[in-house]
Amino acid sequence: MSTYVGQAMKRKEDPRLITGRGNFIDDITPIGTLWAALVRSPEAHARIVSIDKSEAEQRPDVIGVFTHDDLAGDFAAPMPMIWAPAGVEIKTPEHWPLAKGEVKHVGDPVAIVIGTDRYSVNDAVEDVIVEYDALPAVVEPEAALEDGSPLVWESFGTNQTHEWSVAGGEVDAAFAEADVVVSQRVVNHRTAGAAIETRGWVAEPRGEHVTLYSATQIPHILRFVLSLCCGIPEDKLRVVAPDVGGGFGSKLNVFAEEILAVLLAKRLQRPIKWIETRSENMAVTHHGRDQISYVEMAVKRDGKVTGLRVRSVCDLGAYFMALTPFIPELGFPVGNGAYDIPAVSLTFVGVFTNKFPTDAIRGAGRPEVTHWIELTMNQVARELGMDPLELRRRNFIAADDFPHETALGIVYDSGNYQGTLDKLLERFDVEEFRREQKELREQGIHRGLGFSTWVEVCGLAPSRVVGPQGVGLQGAFWESGMVRVSASGTATVYTGTSPHGQGHDTGFAQIVADRIGLDPQNVNVIHGDTDQGPWGWDTYGSRTLAVGGEAVARAALKVQDKAKRICAALLEAAPEDIELVDGNYQVKGSPDKSMTMVEIAGAAHIPPQELPTDIEPGLEETSFYDPENFVFPFGAHACVVDVDVETGKVKVVRYVAVDDCGPAINPMLIDGQVHGGVVHAIGQALYEQVVYDEDGQLVTGTFVDYALPTAAEVPSFETDRTETPSPTNGLGVKGIGEAGTIAASPAVTEAVIDALRPLGVEWMDMPLTPMRVWQAIQAAGNGGDGPRASEQGRSLDDHGGGAAGSGPTGPEEGGAA
Amino acid sequence: MGATVRIAVTVNGEVRQSEVEARTLLVHWLRDELGLTGTHIGCDTTNCGACTVHLNGESIKSCTVLAAQADGAQVTTIEGLATDGGLHPLQDAFWEKHGLQCGYCTPGMIMAAADLLQRNPNPSDEEIRHGLEGNLCRCTGYHNIVEAVKSAAASGVSA
Repeated sequence: MSTYVGQAMKRKEDPRLITGRGNFIDDITPIGTLWAALVRSPEAHARIVSIDKSEAEQRPDVIGVFTHDDLAGDFAAPMPMIWAPAGVEIKTPEHWPLAKGEVKHVGDPVAIVIGTDRYSVNDAVEDVIVEYDALPAVVEPEAALEDGSPLVWESFGTNQTHEWSVAGGEVDAAFAEADVVVSQRVVNHRTAGAAIETRGWVAEPRGEHVTLYSATQIPHILRFVLSLCCGIPEDKLRVVAPDVGGGFGSKLNVFAEEILAVLLAKRLQRPIKWIETRSENMAVTHHGRDQISYVEMAVKRDGKVTGLRVRSVCDLGAYFMALTPFIPELGFPVGNGAYDIPAVSLTFVGVFTNKFPTDAIRGAGRPEVTHWIELTMNQVARELGMDPLELRRRNFIAADDFPHETALGIVYDSGNYQGTLDKLLERFDVEEFRREQKELREQGIHRGLGFSTWVEVCGLAPSRVVGPQGVGLQGAFWESGMVRVSASGTATVYTGTSPHGQGHDTGFAQIVADRIGLDPQNVNVIHGDTDQGPWGWDTYGSRTLAVGGEAVARAALKVQDKAKRICAALLEAAPEDIELVDGNYQVKGSPDKSMTMVEIAGAAHIPPQELPTDIEPGLEETSFYDPENFVFPFGAHACVVDVDVETGKVKVVRYVAVDDCGPAINPMLIDGQVHGGVVHAIGQALYEQVVYDEDGQLVTGTFVDYALPTAAEVPSFETDRTETPSPTNGLGVKGIGEAGTIAASPAVTEAVIDALRPLGVEWMDMPLTPMRVWQAIQAAGNGGDGPRASEQGRSLDDHGGGAAGSGPTGPEEGGAA
Repeated sequence: MGATVRIAVTVNGEVRQSEVEARTLLVHWLRDELGLTGTHIGCDTTNCGACTVHLNGESIKSCTVLAAQADGAQVTTIEGLATDGGLHPLQDAFWEKHGLQCGYCTPGMIMAAADLLQRNPNPSDEEIRHGLEGNLCRCTGYHNIVEAVKSAAASGVSA
């Protein structure tokens, strides 16, 4: 069947994108469009004393200024948080699109200004005078849990939002009977999604109907929630995601501004547009990570890991976005990593602070889990005097032990962890590396090596597992696919998933082309428009191919079945005797008797007399697919770094990634996802950090201060694959969008530690900025009494920016340390 | 509207005249006034390079140039890069080598790469990486962007 699947086919998306003819949100400006801008809090925590709109409202270019009180009658419901696990009390604050009485973080929106022009509406924002009465702010999550801490929400009497635990096996016994217990505090700091396109929207009213064009990953979920929050029935709301300039989870939410868009467009009966500035994006598009984990691993002397116990303190910020309190927990299904650990206990404690909420950013919970387990495995290996790869081999879930039920009751679908590691080691000679490392050290060059043998869970999701009666998400996560063949024999595919760079148009065209016998160039893929195609659950959690692709494949097979029936009737053969070979529907054993899809489509739409009337006209099929399990991609990565011990600067010099996401639909797209995912994690490991100072002021408010890796900071990659099919879906595929980001941070971190171990450095928390690395070297050299890097990076010099140097000033000019 | 300035700029080979507010950024004039929306905006601080165009043959970030400053100049945007109605070799190479995913940074990245190859027709990997460090991409990890620029250089794009 596979003619196109498996090919590195060039992308169908690209011709418009490389010529500047994409259609991103800021490219859409209907005639008569008004502009929106928001008045935002400069305070981290304050009571709003007064808001004086008069000067702004008198401007001739201002249409109106709206506060919470002005719109209170229009809001049908507060912004929802959609996780409600049975038996767990979660303190969910009331969250309105505009601040009601108090602001809780820098950037909290206080008013929205609507004006006639992109520039002047921002002038008008300056004319809105808000008087604040500052309140004490709390920014450190562990400090927020202490008695006497300032409270983000006075009414709750505590900053702890909830505590959620999961356990399996005899955990206490495992620790009591352990030969060795290794304990490690692991900080996984706050990061930003930082898609190069910021958020934005255009809201266009038509009577009672409103169309919202939004740079979103989730048009369907967004319409559903907007309907609830705005009190407008779904049939009168249309959400369109145009070309979306990157997401990485940061556009996976229902944002305050989107609710304001719909309500104000309806109220003013004019199109309104808002484009987020980068400074806003850093402050009020959700952040990710931000966990402090206390990890304990129980081990036998022979290297068998017998128990894992983790308590994670999770900084959730001031409010809940859609999934905020659930994101740390999302890592729990792979809490034991790739290892057969018989007893596991994980506890997540959520904490309010005066920062913007955290939510899903690429990997969402799984990078944190992978970071702690992979690095703790290395600590265990050192404690036992064992090679870290040998320790892994002794604990891998065996290739013949799948499906494998873990101590937490999760069933890993398929895997061959030893296989990916073996393939990695074919490309990476560890002994040779150690020889080279020794030689270089004698020359004063500090080179280090780190591994990650990771597994992740994706393909959200079996609806009954994650839904209201499962882990408590108030939704379902099946997916839809529809294939419509036109009278002239071209196909249109509708998917409920919604891309932002992944290449759905290409991959889905390949899947459908093979299954219905067309050229992929004649298969058009439509997505991201709630008025077109069936309901869907959008794109996140590496679900597109494993759930959405399977739905599309099933719909295509239904079309193939009907095409065979039509063909059989016209060729006077039995349907079961028709086979699809190289795009021809032909009679088995008589390949000269055949029809093409173009001929069959013609007959389906303009039925000839010979076609029996019990075959309905038309050629269009839909499939709704709810997976029975998640999928569990895995792999083995190796990272080599050089550390300049004079400046603390780290350079990644080699990175080898062997991934397994099942059979490849398009290997070129897989490599692209791995490259980007790994660099996302290198960014977190070495450069990026969202930093708030002790007063809750955002220090990293622009790309000057928040250092994304540039081309000059990262190497080219060596990638390879193994292909272990998943039994979960018919395609056998697993997700790959987040894999690199989940895999890479422990490999990079371990490589830096490995480089510095001769100097006495045993542990470092990310981001491994020059300042931190230098401090760690000094501290180790001083017998541990040297300066310690602040975990939250309070010092201006101690965050990802500047010193590491992203942007036009490169690392050389950036003045590392 | 504040003080205005009358400008005439040759954009993609065509003289375009306008009365613009003095504070209008070149990128907003190109996008909002001329409808050349291929040039994108990704930051407030001239870090990301999504707005890269050529001003008198050299790449500049059009978010940090006033439209008024371009008066009398030649501007080339992504829409005007290919001169024969087809694809510029760099555009072709980005397509061929999967040098883009979401495509948002891509026009700026291609314009920066075109300038790089004009100055250095046969750059090393290191020179490509340093030559493009003013342009951020969050999707590709840069690997295939470097491959694309190398491929275009090998095809003699600068000639």
